[in-house]
Amino acid sequence: MNGLRARLSHDAAALALGGRSVARALREKNVEILCVGSRGLFWLEPLLEIETSGGWQAFGPVAATDVPTILDAARNGTPHPLFLGNIQDHPFLKAQTRLTFARCGTVDPSSLDAYAHAGGLVGLKHALDVGPAKIIEEIAASGLRGRGGAGFPAAVKWSGAAAAAGDEKFVVCNADEGDSGTYADRMLMEGDPFLLIEGMIIAGIAIAGTKGYVYIRSEYPHAIAAMRRAVENARDHGLLGKSVLGTYHVFDIEIRAGAGSYVCGEETALLESLEGKRGQVRAKPPLPVHCGLFGKPTIINNVLTFAAAPTILAHGGAYYQSFGRGRSRGTMPIQLAGDIRYGGLFETAFGPTLETLVNDIGGGTRSGRPVRAVQVGGPLGAYFPPALFDTPFDYEEFTNRGGLLGHGGIVVFNDTVDMARQARFAMEFCAIESCGKCTPCRIGSVRGMETIDRILKEDDNAGRIALLKDLCDVMKSGSLCALGGFVPYPVLSALEHFPEDFVRRCL
Amino acid sequence: MSPAVNWNEERAKEIVAPLARVSGGLLPALQAIQDEFGFVPKSAISLLAHTFNMTRAEVFGVASFYHDFRLDGPAGRHVLKLCRAEACQAVGAETLAAAAQAHLKVSWNETKAGGEWTLEPVFCLGLCASGPSAMIDGEPVARLDAEKLFALLDEAER
Repeated sequence: MNGLRARLSHDAAALALGGRSVARALREKNVEILCVGSRGLFWLEPLLEIETSGGWQAFGPVAATDVPTILDAARNGTPHPLFLGNIQDHPFLKAQTRLTFARCGTVDPSSLDAYAHAGGLVGLKHALDVGPAKIIEEIAASGLRGRGGAGFPAAVKWSGAAAAAGDEKFVVCNADEGDSGTYADRMLMEGDPFLLIEGMIIAGIAIAGTKGYVYIRSEYPHAIAAMRRAVENARDHGLLGKSVLGTYHVFDIEIRAGAGSYVCGEETALLESLEGKRGQVRAKPPLPVHCGLFGKPTIINNVLTFAAAPTILAHGGAYYQSFGRGRSRGTMPIQLAGDIRYGGLFETAFGPTLETLVNDIGGGTRSGRPVRAVQVGGPLGAYFPPALFDTPFDYEEFTNRGGLLGHGGIVVFNDTVDMARQARFAMEFCAIESCGKCTPCRIGSVRGMETIDRILKEDDNAGRIALLKDLCDVMKSGSLCALGGFVPYPVLSALEHFPEDFVRRCL
Repeated sequence: MSPAVNWNEERAKEIVAPLARVSGGLLPALQAIQDEFGFVPKSAISLLAHTFNMTRAEVFGVASFYHDFRLDGPAGRHVLKLCRAEACQAVGAETLAAAAQAHLKVSWNETKAGGEWTLEPVFCLGLCASGPSAMIDGEPVARLDAEKLFALLDEAER
C-alpha cells in the first residue's frame, strides 16, 4: 500500500482551503509528498497530483476525506468525480503563455537543485558571460516595463543606476503587493523564489550593485518564510555571497518584512521604510536611481519585473519582445479575482480583451449573477462596466479609457454591488493609508468620503457631484504620489459609468 | 499566537542588540520586540531610542505610523484578521464581517472582554480568487461563509 508520490501545493491559498489536512491524510496513507507552489487554478485548490503509470494525474478541489478514494482511483485507473487528468492539458493552463510562471507549481521551491534542473540559472550564466552593458541592452530590447503598476521602462531605470556614480548601489525588490485582487508576487515568491533571486542578481551585475533587499508585506508570512529559506539555500550553494557562481561578482540579499502600511508599496515610501523610518513618500527628484536607499543609487522594481529578467537573458530580448502588442511587450501574469468562477493566475501576452478574460477565461461570476463592474489595477484602478469590455489588456489602451493596468489584478463584481459605496471605500481606504505628507491626499480623502456621504443623504446633488469631481481633480494633479493621485480613478469611473448609484438613499 | 510575556529589559536588550548594527534596523527591532512581548510597550520605546540614538518621539513616530504595531497592549488570546478589501467585498466580506462582529461581540480593533478574541481588519491577504478570506492566529483561511468561519473560530479556541 505505498510507493505513491503526490504533488501538493503549499501555497498560502491552498493552505487556506484545507491543504494541511489533505497533507495529513496523505501522510497517513504513506504517500510521499512533494510540496510545490500553486499552478494558480484556485477554484481547484487544494489541487493534488498523483504519479501513476500514466503520468501525473490531478484531482481537485480535494478535501481530506476524498484522499482514500482518490488514491484508489489513481492506483486502479478507475474514474473519480474530482479527476482532472494531466493538469498541463487543462484548458485554463493550455491557453496561457507562461514565461515567468513556467515552473510555479511543478518544482520544489525550497531546492536550488530542482530550480537549476528545471531550466533555472541559464539567464544568470549568460548575464555573467556578457556583462552589464549587454544585459541592459537585452532588457531594453525586450521592451520590459515595470510590472508594479507604473509601467516605466525597466532598462531606463537600470541604465540610469548603472551610469550613476556611487561606491555602493542597491537593488531593491518591491514585494509590498498591497493591491486587492493581486497575488502574483505572493505566488511567485512561494512557488519559485529562486527566479526572483536570479533576476535580482542579474540586476546587481547590470548596475554594479552588491546588495539587494526584498521588502515583503507582513500580510504574506508564507512568502517571507519561503524567500528566507531560498536566500539561505542560495548562500549555501554559492549563488549568493562573495562569489556569485564562482565569479568575482559579489551579491547578497536581505529579506525585510513590512508592517502593514499600504503606502509602503510606493517606491520612495518603501525606501524610507527600509531605512527604518515612517513610510512617508519622498518628493522626486532626486530619483532613486541617483539617490535612493541610504542616499545611494538604487533600482527598485516589482517582483515580476525582476522575475522577467532571467527569461529575457536566457532567450534574448527579441524573444520576449515578440509577445504582446504596441508598447506593451512580453507577458503579463493577469490575476482574476473577486466574484469569478475560474479565479486564478493567467499569464498571457498583452492584448486579450476584458471580455475574453472575464467571461471566456474566467467563466463569469462564481455566484451566477450578471457581471456589473470590474476593477482593474487594485484599489486605485478604475471600474469598468461591461460596455467597455472590448478594451484590450494593454497599458496605453487602458490609459485611453481612463483606467490603468496597475499590477494586473481584475476584480469582478456582480449586479448587487453599490458603486457609490465602492467610491466611498476608495476614499476611506486612501484616508486610512495616506502617509500624511501631502495635503490633497491626507485631507482630500477625508473630504471625499464626507462629500459622498452627503450625496447619499440629501436630494439635489448636482452641486456636490461637481464638488467631488473638482476634489478629484485637485487630488489627481496635486498629490505627491499615486495613492492620492490615483484614488480619483475608482471614484470618477464609478461616477461616470454608474451615475444611477449616486442618489439619495433611504437610510 | 505567541502569548504575551511580561516586559523584561534584559531580554529586550538581547533582542535589539544585533539589530542595532543593521542598516535601517529600527523596523526589524520593533517587529522583534512585538514578537517577543506581544506589543511595543513604552519601556521599549525608550530602549529603542537609546539603542538607535534617536529621540523617543522619533521612535514613537515610526511605531505609530505602521498598522502592525500595538502600542496600547497585547492582542487577545486569539486574533481574527478579516479581509475588507475589494476582491473580498465582491463576494460578501462586509456581510461576513457583520456576522463575525455579532458572533464575537466586538467591533474592529477591539478585544472581547476576557481577552479571548481580537478582531482586526486587513486589506488583502493575496487570496483574492478564493474570498472572503481571513487569518486566524496567523493561519490563512479562505472561501468563507459565516458558518465555516464560526466553526474555525471554535476550533481555534479548542
